[in-house]
Amino acid sequence: MMKRDEVLNLYFLEARSKLIDLAAFLDRVERSSGEDDFRLHAFRAALQHLSAAEPDKAKAVLTTLSDPTMEPLANAATKGATGAWPQFKG
Amino acid sequence: MRYIEPHAHMVSRVTDDYVAMSTAGCRAVCEPAFWAGFDRNSVEGFRSYFTQLTEHEPKRAANFLLPHFCWLCINPKESEDTKLADEVLAIIPEFIDRPNVLGIGEIGLNKNSRNEISVLEKHVDLAARLNRLILVHTPHLEDKLKGTLLIIDVLKNDPRIDPGRVLIDHVEEHTAPLVLEAGFWAGITLYPQSKCTPSRAIDMVERYGSDRLWLNCACDWGASDPLAVPKTALEMRKRGHDEDGIDFLIYRNPCRFLGQSSVFKLS
Repeated sequence: MMKRDEVLNLYFLEARSKLIDLAAFLDRVERSSGEDDFRLHAFRAALQHLSAAEPDKAKAVLTTLSDPTMEPLANAATKGATGAWPQFKG
Repeated sequence: MRYIEPHAHMVSRVTDDYVAMSTAGCRAVCEPAFWAGFDRNSVEGFRSYFTQLTEHEPKRAANFLLPHFCWLCINPKESEDTKLADEVLAIIPEFIDRPNVLGIGEIGLNKNSRNEISVLEKHVDLAARLNRLILVHTPHLEDKLKGTLLIIDVLKNDPRIDPGRVLIDHVEEHTAPLVLEAGFWAGITLYPQSKCTPSRAIDMVERYGSDRLWLNCACDWGASDPLAVPKTALEMRKRGHDEDGIDFLIYRNPCRFLGQSSVFKLS
């Protein structure tokens, strides 16, 4: 297990870059015209986990972006995934 | 360094990838049957594909000193058509005893539909009747958590299935504990954009232990890196993991799981 300073030495600049990318993404979205959809609602909900005092942030983000139901679909109308649950309401 | 690439779709890759993998220390490559990026319109398309996996691709890999193994199935993306799925299931016994066939895979779910579940159950039944290993694909993105839970239900509902002979692939932080606590093996797929990065993969190894885990690149026709496993080994070294632990994860572990099949032999 690495020490705190070793983790920061190895990963801080990479994480900083990703953080700025996230901020720039949100700026880009907010400059654009049109309405938010379920993806952005789920994304903003998932972001809340990053500043929470909880140990499993990656799991919490993934769970927020997941379909929470257990009933199988009647049929698969598409093959693709969007990255967030289309029925997400926040 | 030596490693096994336990999940790579080499039919979609160029020969330079074989050169790079062999040069990096790969000692064997395993290729699950998968979706070609388009739907095949007849069972004969699958017959040709299974021939490619069991005859042509092993010869191509051998040019680079790589033993080539494969898994057979109709993948979940084409399982909504249950008539085609039944036809494909019916031809698998023609190929299952070929000398590089490890078992049934990568079966599983894609959109978690009833038809996909039905076809998954038929594949699990086939594997149980033939006493073969199973490799399971879990869905992408928002469908992964639900799909993983449904897949575990299907597998646990069949008393013939030994979890130690099933690997559930593409786990992430929200599904790895579910798979491992149920007694299955888990695969972590290293992709540049989706699935998992090397740093997250190593986080999971450190948190959950490497006893029933393997790493794979799952390189195919999309954004993927055939050298993702050795690159992750490099990152493990940066984080202070010793060579024995790395060898255990990327060589001995896949050998332990795959060695449950009598065809998996390395010279």
